[in-house]
Amino acid sequence: MDKDLNWREFIITRAIKASGYSAIVFVALIFIFLLREGLPTLGEVDLSTLFSVRWYPIEDYFGILPLITGSLIVTLGAALVAIPFGIGTAVYISEIAPRAVREVLKPLVELLGGLPSVVLGFLGILVLSPWLRTTFDLPTGLTAFTGSLLLAAIAVPTIVSVAEDALDTVPRSYREAAWAIGATHWQTIWRVTLPAARSGVMTGIMLGIGRAIGETMAVMMVTGNAPVMAIRPGSLFEPARTMTATIAAEMGEVASGSVHYHTLFFIGIVLFLISLAVNVAASSVIFRSKKRSERILS
Amino acid sequence: MNKLVIENLSLQYADGTESLSNINMDIAKNAITVLFGPAGGGKSTLLRCINRLNDLTDVETMSGRIMMDGEDILNPATDTIALRRKVGMVFARPVVLPMSIRKNLTYGLELAGEKRKSKLEEAVERSLKLAAIWDEVKDRLEEPAIALSGGQQQRICLARSLAQQPEVILLDEPTSGLDPISTGKVEAALQELKKDYTIILVPHSVQQAARTADYAAFFLQGELVEYGNGDELFTNPQEQRTEDYVTGRFG
Ligand SMILES: Nc1ncnc2c1ncn2[C@@H]1O[C@H](COP(=O)(O)OP(=O)(O)OP(=O)(O)O)[C@@H](O)[C@H]1O
Ligand SMILES: [Mg+2]
Repeated sequence: MDKDLNWREFIITRAIKASGYSAIVFVALIFIFLLREGLPTLGEVDLSTLFSVRWYPIEDYFGILPLITGSLIVTLGAALVAIPFGIGTAVYISEIAPRAVREVLKPLVELLGGLPSVVLGFLGILVLSPWLRTTFDLPTGLTAFTGSLLLAAIAVPTIVSVAEDALDTVPRSYREAAWAIGATHWQTIWRVTLPAARSGVMTGIMLGIGRAIGETMAVMMVTGNAPVMAIRPGSLFEPARTMTATIAAEMGEVASGSVHYHTLFFIGIVLFLISLAVNVAASSVIFRSKKRSERILS
Repeated sequence: MNKLVIENLSLQYADGTESLSNINMDIAKNAITVLFGPAGGGKSTLLRCINRLNDLTDVETMSGRIMMDGEDILNPATDTIALRRKVGMVFARPVVLPMSIRKNLTYGLELAGEKRKSKLEEAVERSLKLAAIWDEVKDRLEEPAIALSGGQQQRICLARSLAQQPEVILLDEPTSGLDPISTGKVEAALQELKKDYTIILVPHSVQQAARTADYAAFFLQGELVEYGNGDELFTNPQEQRTEDYVTGRFG
Protein backbone atom coordinates (compact mmCIF):
# COMPACT_ATOMS: atom_id res chain seq x y z
CA MET A 1 0.00 0.00 0.00
CA ASP A 2 2.68 2.44 1.11
CA LYS A 3 4.93 1.31 -1.67
CA ASP A 4 2.08 1.73 -4.12
CA LEU A 5 1.60 5.32 -3.05
CA ASN A 6 5.29 6.02 -3.39
CA TRP A 7 5.23 4.72 -6.93
CA ARG A 8 2.30 6.87 -7.83
CA GLU A 9 4.00 9.93 -6.36
CA PHE A 10 7.13 9.08 -8.28
CA ILE A 11 5.37 8.69 -11.60
CA ILE A 12 3.24 11.79 -11.20
CA THR A 13 6.22 13.93 -10.21
CA ARG A 14 8.18 12.65 -13.14
CA ALA A 15 5.33 13.23 -15.57
CA ILE A 16 4.85 16.82 -14.40
CA LYS A 17 8.58 17.45 -14.55
CA ALA A 18 8.76 16.01 -18.04
CA SER A 19 5.98 18.18 -19.34
CA GLY A 20 7.58 21.21 -17.73
CA TYR A 21 10.95 20.50 -19.26
CA SER A 22 9.46 19.66 -22.64
CA ALA A 23 8.26 23.24 -23.01
CA ILE A 24 11.84 24.42 -22.63
CA VAL A 25 13.12 21.72 -24.98
CA PHE A 26 10.64 22.68 -27.70
CA VAL A 27 11.55 26.34 -27.52
CA ALA A 28 15.22 25.43 -27.64
CA LEU A 29 14.68 23.15 -30.64
CA ILE A 30 12.77 25.82 -32.51
CA PHE A 31 15.49 28.33 -31.77
CA ILE A 32 18.20 25.93 -32.93
CA PHE A 33 16.29 25.27 -36.13
CA LEU A 34 15.90 29.00 -36.72
CA LEU A 35 19.61 29.54 -36.16
CA ARG A 36 20.57 26.70 -38.49
CA GLU A 37 18.41 27.95 -41.32
CA GLY A 38 18.92 31.66 -40.73
CA LEU A 39 22.53 32.18 -39.77
CA PRO A 40 24.05 31.09 -43.12
CA THR A 41 22.67 34.28 -44.57
CA LEU A 42 25.38 36.17 -42.71
CA GLY A 43 27.97 34.41 -44.88
CA GLU A 44 26.02 34.81 -48.08
CA VAL A 45 24.85 38.40 -47.89
CA ASP A 46 27.05 41.38 -47.05
CA LEU A 47 26.16 42.94 -43.74
CA SER A 48 25.95 46.29 -45.49
CA THR A 49 23.39 44.81 -47.88
CA LEU A 50 21.49 43.06 -45.10
CA PHE A 51 21.08 46.24 -43.12
CA SER A 52 20.34 48.44 -46.10
CA VAL A 53 17.02 49.99 -46.93
CA ARG A 54 16.09 48.08 -50.04
CA TRP A 55 14.19 44.77 -49.96
CA TYR A 56 13.89 43.37 -53.45
CA PRO A 57 14.95 39.71 -53.30
CA ILE A 58 14.49 39.03 -57.02
CA GLU A 59 17.42 41.31 -57.74
CA ASP A 60 19.35 40.21 -54.67
CA TYR A 61 18.57 43.25 -52.55
CA PHE A 62 18.12 41.81 -49.08
CA GLY A 63 17.87 44.91 -46.91
CA ILE A 64 15.73 44.05 -43.91
CA LEU A 65 15.60 47.49 -42.30
CA PRO A 66 12.32 48.51 -44.01
CA LEU A 67 10.71 45.33 -42.71
CA ILE A 68 11.93 45.96 -39.17
CA THR A 69 10.76 49.56 -39.19
CA GLY A 70 7.51 48.45 -40.79
CA SER A 71 6.88 46.00 -37.96
CA LEU A 72 7.89 48.54 -35.35
CA ILE A 73 5.68 51.32 -36.62
CA VAL A 74 2.65 49.07 -37.03
CA THR A 75 3.11 47.56 -33.57
CA LEU A 76 3.85 50.90 -31.95
CA GLY A 77 0.76 52.41 -33.51
CA ALA A 78 -1.25 49.43 -32.31
CA ALA A 79 0.11 49.79 -28.78
CA LEU A 80 -0.69 53.50 -28.71
CA VAL A 81 -4.28 52.74 -29.60
CA ALA A 82 -4.76 49.49 -27.74
CA ILE A 83 -3.26 50.32 -24.33
CA PRO A 84 -5.39 53.34 -23.42
CA PHE A 85 -8.45 51.91 -25.06
CA GLY A 86 -7.99 48.50 -23.45
CA ILE A 87 -7.35 49.85 -19.97
CA GLY A 88 -10.19 52.31 -20.34
CA THR A 89 -12.59 49.55 -21.29
CA ALA A 90 -11.38 47.34 -18.46
CA VAL A 91 -11.84 50.15 -15.96
CA TYR A 92 -15.27 50.92 -17.32
CA ILE A 93 -16.42 47.31 -17.12
CA SER A 94 -15.04 46.64 -13.67
CA GLU A 95 -15.45 49.99 -11.91
CA ILE A 96 -18.11 52.09 -13.57
CA ALA A 97 -20.62 50.06 -15.57
CA PRO A 98 -23.85 49.06 -13.84
CA ARG A 99 -24.13 45.36 -13.24
CA ALA A 100 -26.45 44.70 -16.18
CA VAL A 101 -24.15 46.42 -18.66
CA ARG A 102 -21.16 44.55 -17.28
CA GLU A 103 -22.93 41.25 -17.73
CA VAL A 104 -23.40 42.01 -21.42
CA LEU A 105 -20.02 43.59 -22.09
CA LYS A 106 -17.82 40.91 -20.58
CA PRO A 107 -18.88 38.02 -22.81
CA LEU A 108 -18.96 40.39 -25.78
CA VAL A 109 -15.32 41.27 -25.29
CA GLU A 110 -14.40 37.61 -24.99
CA LEU A 111 -16.30 36.96 -28.19
CA LEU A 112 -14.36 39.70 -29.94
CA GLY A 113 -11.17 38.03 -28.76
CA GLY A 114 -12.24 34.81 -30.43
CA LEU A 115 -12.73 36.33 -33.89
CA PRO A 116 -10.27 34.85 -36.40
CA SER A 117 -7.91 37.59 -37.53
CA VAL A 118 -8.72 36.87 -41.17
CA VAL A 119 -12.24 38.05 -40.52
CA LEU A 120 -10.87 41.26 -39.04
CA GLY A 121 -8.58 41.61 -42.04
CA PHE A 122 -11.57 41.26 -44.29
CA LEU A 123 -13.39 44.03 -42.48
CA GLY A 124 -10.19 46.03 -42.69
CA ILE A 125 -10.07 45.78 -46.45
CA LEU A 126 -13.75 46.31 -47.10
CA VAL A 127 -14.68 48.89 -44.48
CA LEU A 128 -11.76 50.40 -42.62
CA SER A 129 -9.37 51.13 -45.45
CA PRO A 130 -11.89 52.83 -47.79
CA TRP A 131 -13.09 54.86 -44.84
CA LEU A 132 -9.55 55.94 -43.92
CA ARG A 133 -8.78 56.79 -47.54
CA THR A 134 -11.74 59.12 -47.89
CA THR A 135 -11.65 60.72 -44.43
CA PHE A 136 -7.92 61.43 -44.39
CA ASP A 137 -7.74 61.96 -48.14
CA LEU A 138 -4.95 59.42 -48.65
CA PRO A 139 -3.80 57.94 -51.96
CA THR A 140 -4.48 54.50 -50.55
CA GLY A 141 -6.27 53.17 -47.50
CA LEU A 142 -3.85 50.28 -47.18
CA THR A 143 -1.39 51.82 -44.73
CA ALA A 144 0.60 51.07 -41.62
CA PHE A 145 -2.08 52.88 -39.64
CA THR A 146 -4.79 50.59 -40.99
CA GLY A 147 -2.69 47.67 -39.78
CA SER A 148 -2.22 49.35 -36.41
CA LEU A 149 -5.94 49.75 -35.94
CA LEU A 150 -6.57 46.12 -36.80
CA LEU A 151 -3.81 44.94 -34.51
CA ALA A 152 -5.25 47.11 -31.78
CA ALA A 153 -8.60 45.41 -32.32
CA ILE A 154 -6.83 42.10 -31.89
CA ALA A 155 -4.92 43.17 -28.78
CA VAL A 156 -7.74 44.98 -26.99
CA PRO A 157 -9.88 41.97 -26.02
CA THR A 158 -6.85 40.28 -24.43
CA ILE A 159 -5.87 43.43 -22.57
CA VAL A 160 -9.42 44.03 -21.43
CA SER A 161 -10.14 40.56 -20.15
CA VAL A 162 -6.86 40.13 -18.29
CA ALA A 163 -6.84 43.67 -16.87
CA GLU A 164 -10.49 43.43 -15.90
CA ASP A 165 -9.82 40.24 -13.96
CA ALA A 166 -6.95 41.95 -12.18
CA LEU A 167 -9.11 44.96 -11.26
CA ASP A 168 -11.82 42.63 -10.09
CA THR A 169 -9.54 40.93 -7.59
CA VAL A 170 -8.63 44.21 -5.87
CA PRO A 171 -10.50 43.87 -2.59
CA ARG A 172 -13.47 46.12 -2.08
CA SER A 173 -11.89 47.30 1.15
CA TYR A 174 -9.16 49.09 -0.83
CA ARG A 175 -11.73 51.20 -2.59
CA GLU A 176 -13.63 51.86 0.61
CA ALA A 177 -10.43 52.97 2.31
CA ALA A 178 -9.86 55.52 -0.45
CA TRP A 179 -13.46 56.70 -0.44
CA ALA A 180 -13.32 57.06 3.33
CA ILE A 181 -10.54 59.63 3.10
CA GLY A 182 -12.48 61.67 0.59
CA ALA A 183 -11.22 60.39 -2.74
CA THR A 184 -13.60 60.68 -5.65
CA HIS A 185 -14.53 57.67 -7.72
CA TRP A 186 -12.04 58.66 -10.39
CA GLN A 187 -9.21 59.37 -7.94
CA THR A 188 -9.81 56.00 -6.34
CA ILE A 189 -9.55 54.25 -9.69
CA TRP A 190 -6.46 56.12 -10.79
CA ARG A 191 -4.45 56.15 -7.58
CA VAL A 192 -5.59 53.06 -5.72
CA THR A 193 -7.38 50.44 -7.77
CA LEU A 194 -5.19 50.56 -10.88
CA PRO A 195 -1.89 50.63 -8.94
CA ALA A 196 -3.10 47.75 -6.79
CA ALA A 197 -3.88 45.76 -9.93
CA ARG A 198 -0.70 46.89 -11.64
CA SER A 199 1.00 43.59 -12.28
CA GLY A 200 -2.17 42.04 -13.69
CA VAL A 201 -2.78 45.03 -15.94
CA MET A 202 0.82 44.90 -17.16
CA THR A 203 0.46 41.22 -17.92
CA GLY A 204 -2.65 41.99 -19.93
CA ILE A 205 -0.81 44.62 -21.93
CA MET A 206 2.10 42.24 -22.55
CA LEU A 207 -0.15 39.43 -23.69
CA GLY A 208 -2.16 41.76 -25.90
CA ILE A 209 0.86 43.38 -27.54
CA GLY A 210 2.47 39.97 -27.78
CA ARG A 211 -0.48 38.79 -29.82
CA ALA A 212 -0.21 41.88 -31.99
CA ILE A 213 3.51 41.48 -32.70
CA GLY A 214 3.09 37.93 -33.89
CA GLU A 215 -0.05 38.60 -35.89
CA THR A 216 0.40 38.10 -39.60
CA MET A 217 -2.76 37.55 -41.55
CA ALA A 218 -4.72 40.71 -40.86
CA VAL A 219 -1.64 42.87 -41.22
CA MET A 220 -0.71 41.33 -44.53
CA MET A 221 -4.16 42.08 -45.84
CA VAL A 222 -4.31 45.76 -45.02
CA THR A 223 -0.87 47.35 -44.82
CA GLY A 224 -0.23 47.52 -48.55
CA ASN A 225 2.97 45.44 -48.23
CA ALA A 226 5.37 48.00 -49.62
CA PRO A 227 8.82 47.51 -48.10
CA VAL A 228 9.70 51.15 -47.59
CA MET A 229 11.49 52.73 -44.68
CA ALA A 230 9.06 53.96 -42.09
CA ILE A 231 11.02 56.60 -40.26
CA ARG A 232 9.04 59.79 -40.64
CA PRO A 233 5.91 60.42 -38.57
CA GLY A 234 3.95 60.54 -41.81
CA SER A 235 5.02 56.98 -42.58
CA LEU A 236 2.19 55.83 -40.40
CA PHE A 237 -0.19 56.83 -43.18
CA GLU A 238 1.77 55.16 -45.95
CA PRO A 239 1.92 51.52 -46.94
CA ALA A 240 4.35 49.40 -44.96
CA ARG A 241 5.41 45.82 -44.76
CA THR A 242 6.06 43.87 -41.58
CA MET A 243 8.50 41.07 -40.92
CA THR A 244 5.78 38.52 -40.31
CA ALA A 245 3.94 39.42 -43.49
CA THR A 246 7.14 39.13 -45.49
CA ILE A 247 7.88 35.67 -44.19
CA ALA A 248 4.33 34.50 -44.72
CA ALA A 249 4.05 35.91 -48.23
CA GLU A 250 7.42 34.82 -49.57
CA MET A 251 8.23 31.59 -47.81
CA GLY A 252 5.99 29.61 -50.13
CA GLU A 253 7.81 30.62 -53.26
CA VAL A 254 11.51 30.43 -52.37
CA ALA A 255 13.79 27.56 -53.23
CA SER A 256 14.75 25.75 -50.06
CA GLY A 257 18.39 26.50 -49.23
CA SER A 258 18.64 29.60 -51.37
CA VAL A 259 19.95 32.93 -50.13
CA HIS A 260 16.43 34.31 -50.05
CA TYR A 261 15.31 31.32 -47.99
CA HIS A 262 18.07 31.80 -45.46
CA THR A 263 17.33 35.50 -45.22
CA LEU A 264 13.68 34.84 -44.43
CA PHE A 265 14.78 32.64 -41.56
CA PHE A 266 17.16 35.35 -40.47
CA ILE A 267 14.18 37.69 -40.28
CA GLY A 268 12.58 35.04 -38.09
CA ILE A 269 15.59 35.21 -35.76
CA VAL A 270 15.32 38.98 -35.55
CA LEU A 271 11.62 38.71 -34.78
CA PHE A 272 12.34 36.14 -32.10
CA LEU A 273 14.96 38.36 -30.49
CA ILE A 274 12.68 41.40 -30.55
CA SER A 275 9.82 39.66 -28.84
CA LEU A 276 12.25 38.13 -26.35
CA ALA A 277 13.61 41.59 -25.58
CA VAL A 278 10.13 43.03 -25.16
CA ASN A 279 9.16 40.24 -22.80
CA VAL A 280 12.31 40.49 -20.71
CA ALA A 281 11.99 44.26 -20.49
CA ALA A 282 8.36 44.07 -19.47
CA SER A 283 8.82 41.41 -16.84
CA SER A 284 11.79 43.22 -15.34
CA VAL A 285 9.72 46.38 -15.09
CA ILE A 286 6.98 44.46 -13.31
CA PHE A 287 9.50 42.70 -11.13
CA ARG A 288 11.52 45.73 -10.16
CA SER A 289 8.57 47.91 -9.33
CA LYS A 290 7.45 45.35 -6.80
CA LYS A 291 9.36 45.55 -3.58
CA ARG A 292 10.41 42.43 -1.76
CA SER A 293 7.69 42.67 0.85
CA GLU A 294 5.02 43.17 -1.77
CA ARG A 295 6.13 40.04 -3.54
CA ILE A 296 5.88 38.08 -0.35
CA LEU A 297 2.44 39.40 0.39
CA SER A 298 0.95 39.15 -3.04
CA MET B 1 -22.66 69.06 23.68
CA ASN B 2 -23.94 66.79 20.91
CA LYS B 3 -21.99 66.42 17.73
CA LEU B 4 -24.41 64.07 16.02
CA VAL B 5 -28.11 63.58 16.44
CA ILE B 6 -29.57 60.46 14.85
CA GLU B 7 -33.33 60.59 14.40
CA ASN B 8 -35.58 57.68 13.42
CA LEU B 9 -32.93 56.07 11.29
CA SER B 10 -34.04 52.89 9.51
CA LEU B 11 -32.19 51.03 6.82
CA GLN B 12 -32.90 48.01 4.69
CA TYR B 13 -30.44 46.29 2.38
CA ALA B 14 -31.48 45.02 -1.04
CA ASP B 15 -31.83 41.48 0.27
CA GLY B 16 -34.64 42.65 2.54
CA THR B 17 -32.88 42.47 5.90
CA GLU B 18 -33.83 45.33 8.18
CA SER B 19 -30.38 46.24 9.44
CA LEU B 20 -31.33 49.31 11.42
CA SER B 21 -34.78 49.96 12.73
CA ASN B 22 -35.79 53.32 14.06
CA ILE B 23 -32.57 54.33 15.76
CA ASN B 24 -32.53 57.47 17.90
CA MET B 25 -29.23 58.52 19.42
CA ASP B 26 -27.42 61.67 20.50
CA ILE B 27 -23.68 61.37 20.17
CA ALA B 28 -21.57 63.60 22.37
CA LYS B 29 -18.59 65.65 21.38
CA ASN B 30 -15.20 64.91 22.93
CA ALA B 31 -16.21 61.50 24.16
CA ILE B 32 -15.92 57.89 23.12
CA THR B 33 -19.28 56.40 22.20
CA VAL B 34 -19.18 52.64 21.93
CA LEU B 35 -21.56 50.61 19.76
CA PHE B 36 -21.57 46.98 20.81
CA GLY B 37 -23.60 43.82 20.51
CA PRO B 38 -23.58 40.47 18.73
CA ALA B 39 -22.73 39.99 15.03
CA GLY B 40 -25.22 41.33 12.53
CA GLY B 41 -26.58 43.92 14.95
CA GLY B 42 -26.14 46.79 12.52
CA LYS B 43 -23.14 48.50 14.14
CA SER B 44 -21.06 48.67 10.99
CA THR B 45 -24.12 49.69 9.03
CA LEU B 46 -24.68 52.65 11.34
CA LEU B 47 -21.04 53.75 11.06
CA ARG B 48 -21.22 53.54 7.30
CA CYS B 49 -24.27 55.78 7.32
CA ILE B 50 -22.39 58.46 9.18
CA ASN B 51 -19.78 58.85 6.45
CA ARG B 52 -22.20 57.88 3.68
CA LEU B 53 -20.07 54.91 2.64
CA ASN B 54 -23.33 53.01 2.34
CA ASP B 55 -24.12 55.09 -0.73
CA LEU B 56 -21.90 52.67 -2.57
CA THR B 57 -23.60 49.45 -1.50
CA ASP B 58 -26.99 48.13 -2.39
CA VAL B 59 -29.16 49.82 0.17
CA GLU B 60 -32.85 49.37 -0.56
CA THR B 61 -34.49 51.94 1.66
CA MET B 62 -33.20 54.43 4.18
CA SER B 63 -35.25 56.85 6.20
CA GLY B 64 -34.63 59.22 9.07
CA ARG B 65 -32.02 61.87 9.63
CA ILE B 66 -28.49 62.20 10.93
CA MET B 67 -27.85 65.76 12.01
CA MET B 68 -24.26 66.89 12.27
CA ASP B 69 -23.81 70.40 13.61
CA GLY B 70 -27.41 71.06 12.65
CA GLU B 71 -27.28 69.79 9.09
CA ASP B 72 -28.77 66.56 7.79
CA ILE B 73 -25.88 64.59 6.31
CA LEU B 74 -28.24 62.05 4.73
CA ASN B 75 -29.60 64.78 2.51
CA PRO B 76 -28.88 63.78 -1.10
CA ALA B 77 -27.42 67.25 -1.68
CA THR B 78 -24.69 66.73 0.91
CA ASP B 79 -21.18 66.88 -0.54
CA THR B 80 -20.07 63.37 0.42
CA ILE B 81 -16.43 64.04 -0.42
CA ALA B 82 -16.30 66.95 2.00
CA LEU B 83 -18.25 64.95 4.56
CA ARG B 84 -15.78 62.08 4.42
CA ARG B 85 -12.95 64.52 5.10
CA LYS B 86 -14.72 65.59 8.25
CA VAL B 87 -15.67 62.06 9.27
CA GLY B 88 -12.68 59.71 9.23
CA MET B 89 -13.02 55.94 9.34
CA VAL B 90 -10.78 53.08 10.40
CA PHE B 91 -11.79 49.59 9.32
CA ALA B 92 -11.49 46.25 11.05
CA ARG B 93 -8.89 44.97 8.66
CA PRO B 94 -6.22 47.58 8.08
CA VAL B 95 -6.10 48.62 4.46
CA VAL B 96 -3.00 50.57 3.64
CA LEU B 97 -3.03 52.10 0.20
CA PRO B 98 -0.48 50.78 -2.31
CA MET B 99 1.92 53.67 -1.67
CA SER B 100 4.73 54.63 0.70
CA ILE B 101 4.03 55.22 4.38
CA ARG B 102 4.37 58.97 3.94
CA LYS B 103 2.13 59.00 0.89
CA ASN B 104 -0.53 57.03 2.76
CA LEU B 105 -0.74 59.89 5.21
CA THR B 106 -0.53 62.80 2.83
CA TYR B 107 -2.72 61.38 0.07
CA GLY B 108 -6.01 62.50 1.57
CA LEU B 109 -4.66 65.99 2.18
CA GLU B 110 -3.32 66.24 -1.33
CA LEU B 111 -6.73 65.24 -2.65
CA ALA B 112 -8.17 68.03 -0.57
CA GLY B 113 -5.83 70.43 -2.36
CA GLU B 114 -3.05 70.85 0.20
CA LYS B 115 0.22 71.43 -1.68
CA ARG B 116 2.49 73.10 0.87
CA LYS B 117 5.35 70.76 1.81
CA SER B 118 5.64 72.12 5.32
CA LYS B 119 1.95 71.53 6.05
CA LEU B 120 2.17 67.98 4.76
CA GLU B 121 5.32 67.27 6.77
CA GLU B 122 3.71 68.63 9.85
CA ALA B 123 0.57 66.51 9.34
CA VAL B 124 2.65 63.36 8.89
CA GLU B 125 4.52 63.84 12.13
CA ARG B 126 1.54 65.01 14.15
CA SER B 127 -0.77 62.20 13.07
CA LEU B 128 1.85 59.48 13.46
CA LYS B 129 2.58 60.69 16.98
CA LEU B 130 -1.13 60.77 17.84
CA ALA B 131 -1.54 57.23 16.59
CA ALA B 132 1.43 56.15 18.73
CA ILE B 133 3.50 54.85 15.85
CA TRP B 134 5.91 57.72 15.12
CA ASP B 135 8.91 56.09 16.82
CA GLU B 136 8.44 52.86 14.92
CA VAL B 137 8.28 54.33 11.43
CA LYS B 138 9.97 57.73 11.49
CA ASP B 139 13.11 56.40 9.78
CA ARG B 140 11.30 54.46 7.08
CA LEU B 141 8.64 56.79 5.79
CA GLU B 142 9.52 56.11 2.15
CA GLU B 143 9.03 52.36 2.41
CA PRO B 144 5.80 50.83 1.11
CA ALA B 145 3.26 50.79 3.90
CA ILE B 146 2.38 47.20 3.11
CA ALA B 147 5.75 46.14 4.53
CA LEU B 148 4.61 46.97 8.07
CA SER B 149 3.15 44.47 10.50
CA GLY B 150 -0.63 44.22 10.87
CA GLY B 151 -0.62 46.14 14.14
CA GLN B 152 1.52 48.88 12.65
CA GLN B 153 -0.67 49.05 9.56
CA GLN B 154 -3.73 49.52 11.74
CA ARG B 155 -2.13 52.48 13.48
CA ILE B 156 -1.08 53.85 10.08
CA CYS B 157 -4.74 53.71 9.08
CA LEU B 158 -5.68 55.53 12.24
CA ALA B 159 -2.98 58.12 11.53
CA ARG B 160 -4.23 58.40 7.96
CA SER B 161 -7.65 59.48 9.07
CA LEU B 162 -6.17 61.76 11.74
CA ALA B 163 -3.97 63.48 9.17
CA GLN B 164 -7.06 65.05 7.67
CA GLN B 165 -7.96 66.59 11.01
CA PRO B 166 -11.47 65.20 10.93
CA GLU B 167 -14.10 66.15 13.45
CA VAL B 168 -15.50 62.68 13.93
CA ILE B 169 -13.59 59.40 13.88
CA LEU B 170 -15.41 56.13 13.22
CA LEU B 171 -13.58 52.98 14.26
CA ASP B 172 -14.96 49.58 13.27
CA GLU B 173 -13.27 46.94 15.43
CA PRO B 174 -9.92 48.66 14.97
CA THR B 175 -8.06 46.25 17.20
CA SER B 176 -9.60 42.94 16.14
CA GLY B 177 -6.38 41.74 14.54
CA LEU B 178 -3.97 43.19 17.07
CA ASP B 179 -1.98 41.74 19.92
CA PRO B 180 -2.70 43.02 23.45
CA ILE B 181 0.23 45.44 23.43
CA SER B 182 -0.79 47.11 20.16
CA THR B 183 -4.38 47.12 21.36
CA GLY B 184 -3.28 48.91 24.50
CA LYS B 185 -1.45 51.49 22.43
CA VAL B 186 -4.47 52.15 20.25
CA GLU B 187 -6.80 52.42 23.23
CA ALA B 188 -4.43 54.81 24.97
CA ALA B 189 -4.24 56.88 21.80
CA LEU B 190 -8.04 57.06 21.67
CA GLN B 191 -8.21 58.35 25.21
CA GLU B 192 -5.87 61.17 24.17
CA LEU B 193 -7.74 61.82 20.95
CA LYS B 194 -11.15 62.26 22.49
CA LYS B 195 -10.01 65.60 23.87
CA ASP B 196 -10.19 66.98 20.34
CA TYR B 197 -12.46 64.61 18.45
CA THR B 198 -15.79 62.89 18.56
CA ILE B 199 -15.07 59.17 18.58
CA ILE B 200 -17.46 56.37 17.73
CA LEU B 201 -16.00 52.95 18.34
CA VAL B 202 -17.23 49.45 17.61
CA PRO B 203 -15.11 47.38 20.00
CA HIS B 204 -14.15 43.80 19.33
CA SER B 205 -15.14 42.56 22.77
CA VAL B 206 -17.38 43.47 25.67
CA GLN B 207 -14.27 43.96 27.78
CA GLN B 208 -12.95 46.54 25.41
CA ALA B 209 -16.35 48.19 25.34
CA ALA B 210 -16.35 48.48 29.11
CA ARG B 211 -12.75 49.72 29.20
CA THR B 212 -13.17 52.49 26.67
CA ALA B 213 -16.78 53.65 26.76
CA ASP B 214 -17.87 57.05 27.93
CA TYR B 215 -21.24 56.24 26.44
CA ALA B 216 -22.36 52.83 25.28
CA ALA B 217 -25.10 51.63 22.96
CA PHE B 218 -26.21 48.01 22.79
CA PHE B 219 -27.42 46.85 19.37
CA LEU B 220 -29.35 43.67 18.76
CA GLN B 221 -30.55 42.73 15.28
CA GLY B 222 -30.91 46.28 14.08
CA GLU B 223 -32.51 47.56 17.24
CA LEU B 224 -30.95 49.95 19.74
CA VAL B 225 -31.80 48.14 22.94
CA GLU B 226 -30.15 50.39 25.46
CA TYR B 227 -28.05 53.51 25.37
CA GLY B 228 -26.48 55.39 28.20
CA ASN B 229 -23.53 56.29 30.30
CA GLY B 230 -20.80 53.65 29.94
CA ASP B 231 -20.18 53.00 33.63
CA GLU B 232 -23.87 52.57 34.40
CA LEU B 233 -24.71 50.48 31.40
CA PHE B 234 -22.04 47.92 32.14
CA THR B 235 -22.53 47.75 35.90
CA ASN B 236 -26.26 48.25 36.14
CA PRO B 237 -28.05 47.65 32.84
CA GLN B 238 -31.74 48.49 32.72
CA GLU B 239 -32.72 45.92 30.10
CA GLN B 240 -32.63 42.18 30.68
CA ARG B 241 -31.24 41.59 27.19
CA THR B 242 -28.35 43.96 27.81
CA GLU B 243 -27.57 42.33 31.12
CA ASP B 244 -27.57 38.86 29.56
CA TYR B 245 -25.15 39.97 26.89
CA VAL B 246 -22.85 41.95 29.15
CA THR B 247 -22.60 39.13 31.67
CA GLY B 248 -21.98 36.65 28.89
CA ARG B 249 -25.19 34.69 29.23
CA PHE B 250 -25.93 34.83 25.52
CA GLY B 251 -24.43 35.92 22.23
N1 LIG C 1 -23.81 45.16 1.83
C1 LIG C 1 -24.78 44.47 2.43
N2 LIG C 1 -25.77 43.94 1.70
C2 LIG C 1 -26.78 43.24 2.30
N3 LIG C 1 -26.87 43.03 3.62
C3 LIG C 1 -25.92 43.55 4.41
C4 LIG C 1 -24.82 44.29 3.86
N4 LIG C 1 -24.01 44.67 4.88
C5 LIG C 1 -24.59 44.19 6.01
N5 LIG C 1 -25.73 43.52 5.75
C6 LIG C 1 -26.63 42.90 6.73
O1 LIG C 1 -27.01 43.87 7.65
C7 LIG C 1 -27.04 43.34 8.96
C8 LIG C 1 -26.18 44.18 9.88
O2 LIG C 1 -24.83 44.07 9.46
P1 LIG C 1 -23.65 44.89 10.11
O3 LIG C 1 -22.44 44.62 9.32
O4 LIG C 1 -24.05 46.29 10.28
O5 LIG C 1 -23.53 44.20 11.53
P2 LIG C 1 -22.48 44.41 12.68
O6 LIG C 1 -23.23 44.78 13.87
O7 LIG C 1 -21.40 45.32 12.22
O8 LIG C 1 -21.90 42.95 12.85
P3 LIG C 1 -20.40 42.47 13.17
O9 LIG C 1 -20.25 42.54 14.64
O10 LIG C 1 -20.39 41.06 12.69
O11 LIG C 1 -19.47 43.36 12.41
C9 LIG C 1 -26.59 41.89 8.84
O12 LIG C 1 -27.74 41.09 8.88
C10 LIG C 1 -25.95 41.82 7.50
O13 LIG C 1 -26.15 40.56 6.93
MG1 LIG D 1 -19.34 45.07 11.73
